[in-house]
Amino acid sequence: MLALLDINNAYVSMERVFMPSLNGLPVVVLSNNDGCAVARSDEAKALGVRMGQPFFQFKHLQEDAGLIALSANFGLYGDMSDRFMSLAAGLGPGQEVASIDEVFVSLDGVGGDLVDRSRTLRARMLKWLGLPCCIGIAETKTLAKLANHIAKAAERKPGSYPAEHAQVCHLGRLSPAEVHELLAATPVGDVWGVGPRIEEQLRAVGISTAAELARLDAATIRKNWSVTLERTVRELQGTPCFDFEDTPVPRQQIASTRSFGSPVTELAPLIQAVTEFATRAAEKLRRQQSHAGRVLVFVRTSPFRKRDEQYSGQMVLPLRRPCSDTHDIVGAALNGLRAIYKPGFNLMKAGVMLVDLQPEEVGQLELGLEDDERPRDRARLMQALDVVNDRFGKGTLSIGSGKPRRAAPSKWETKLERRTPAYTTDWDSMPVARA
Amino acid sequence: MPILYLYKNPGVMQSFCGPAGVSLAFVQAEPLHVQELGVFVHAGFPSPAEDIGAKRVDLTAQLVKHPQATFLIRARGDSMRDVGIFDNDVLIVDKAIQAKNGHVVIAVVDGEFVCKQLQLRAGRMKLKAANPTYPDIVPREGQVVEVWGVVTAAIKTMQV
Repeated sequence: MLALLDINNAYVSMERVFMPSLNGLPVVVLSNNDGCAVARSDEAKALGVRMGQPFFQFKHLQEDAGLIALSANFGLYGDMSDRFMSLAAGLGPGQEVASIDEVFVSLDGVGGDLVDRSRTLRARMLKWLGLPCCIGIAETKTLAKLANHIAKAAERKPGSYPAEHAQVCHLGRLSPAEVHELLAATPVGDVWGVGPRIEEQLRAVGISTAAELARLDAATIRKNWSVTLERTVRELQGTPCFDFEDTPVPRQQIASTRSFGSPVTELAPLIQAVTEFATRAAEKLRRQQSHAGRVLVFVRTSPFRKRDEQYSGQMVLPLRRPCSDTHDIVGAALNGLRAIYKPGFNLMKAGVMLVDLQPEEVGQLELGLEDDERPRDRARLMQALDVVNDRFGKGTLSIGSGKPRRAAPSKWETKLERRTPAYTTDWDSMPVARA
Repeated sequence: MPILYLYKNPGVMQSFCGPAGVSLAFVQAEPLHVQELGVFVHAGFPSPAEDIGAKRVDLTAQLVKHPQATFLIRARGDSMRDVGIFDNDVLIVDKAIQAKNGHVVIAVVDGEFVCKQLQLRAGRMKLKAANPTYPDIVPREGQVVEVWGVVTAAIKTMQV
């Protein structure tokens, strides 16, 4: 048995903890550079703001309906997420963090009434952190996801599911008939792993609910769709197919990409931007103790700027030997950038991706075909770099082609006009109380 | 150098010498076992403090009982002067504690954080100032005043 805990409207809820004046108002949180909605309060959902909708399409709601739009404050969300994960760990012996606002907890060997325990934990999340969450319990990940969806919908949209499932929904203690009834009330597109395209294909053959999907037999699914969808179906039937992973699996690729605050046409600011992205990516790489074999760099214009001439360029560069050295990775990324850069375009996005990742201890021996001096091992230098930057702040020590730390913000940097302060991660930004 | 305890056949005496010159000898009527203890032996006089196992006082551990539920909030104003909270002090606020009569709390009044002393009498709530020149806050009809957290300490830093 496992539980899925998920914070309701996570980013908006986290903002409201420190800005109680936002309670009851329509609020959205926007992605980097205020591009599109990444979180919506219930009130904003009621106004029709969709997930991922570009900001310019609903900007007018600020004046028309009192909508409040905030820039994402990921420092705050990261800290609140850590607190949430730490409390969630109290529910059971194992924990798999699925994203910044959701976590699977294994309930193996947990005694007592699981619904009672879950309700107590939910109340604690609300009191200790000020964060509302919902909890779904079931035998498989797909069913736990579904139970969580039911717990949320039953609370937010009375009548969608029986009210007893609001906030905490435990499918494992229901009879097969009761589970079937809940599945029959669930549109097939709400099942975890069924994307819009598969949903369309399923509907075309008359499968519109989770119950109908669960009735299909495995062979048919595999033949007509995929092994992944077959697993989803078997999970709906109660057979675990997706493993519970307590230990995070190292990522297979690492990316650092960003949309620009305003268009960039010159090479010099691009060099600064790409240096920064490559530096961040190398830091992430070292944190998961991997080496990268190749570096991908890209720049592109924005398809949303219809009057601009469009350009998109990218290049993959092999590293001489797999490494996690900031200097080598930045060097490769900048070589790529110089090759793909074309003047005269309003570039709106750039990024660096590290691919062909392998654990750092694998390190390959090479034949001494070149008689140059063996490069010095810079692992300790990188370690020192990370320690200094961790202690004294990002960018304290950086590669020379990056933006000087105290220089005025460049065009490519994120616009953060609507961002709330780093309430919990910066001594000078803590919330203020009138005394 | 880890100490190894050697359990040996009866009648046979063997000693084990560590590099520091500590010699250990054991005779036991048991089959041979070698067990490694996670202890290191150093030559010279042992530190007399070793057995005490004292740890330096950890300020955070003392002041923060519920780390996940603890937040820092800066006080602005001097309405809480008489309980020792002054303008610009940093308050340690614990949201896990159930607020009781007499606690200094952070409350939300009209969407803003306010630091006052909580008074709960006969089911009625009042937020009292700790400075006679400031008024108390008594919730009006229909006004929602919510306790956000309990202040457990105030930190003031000196000019240095």
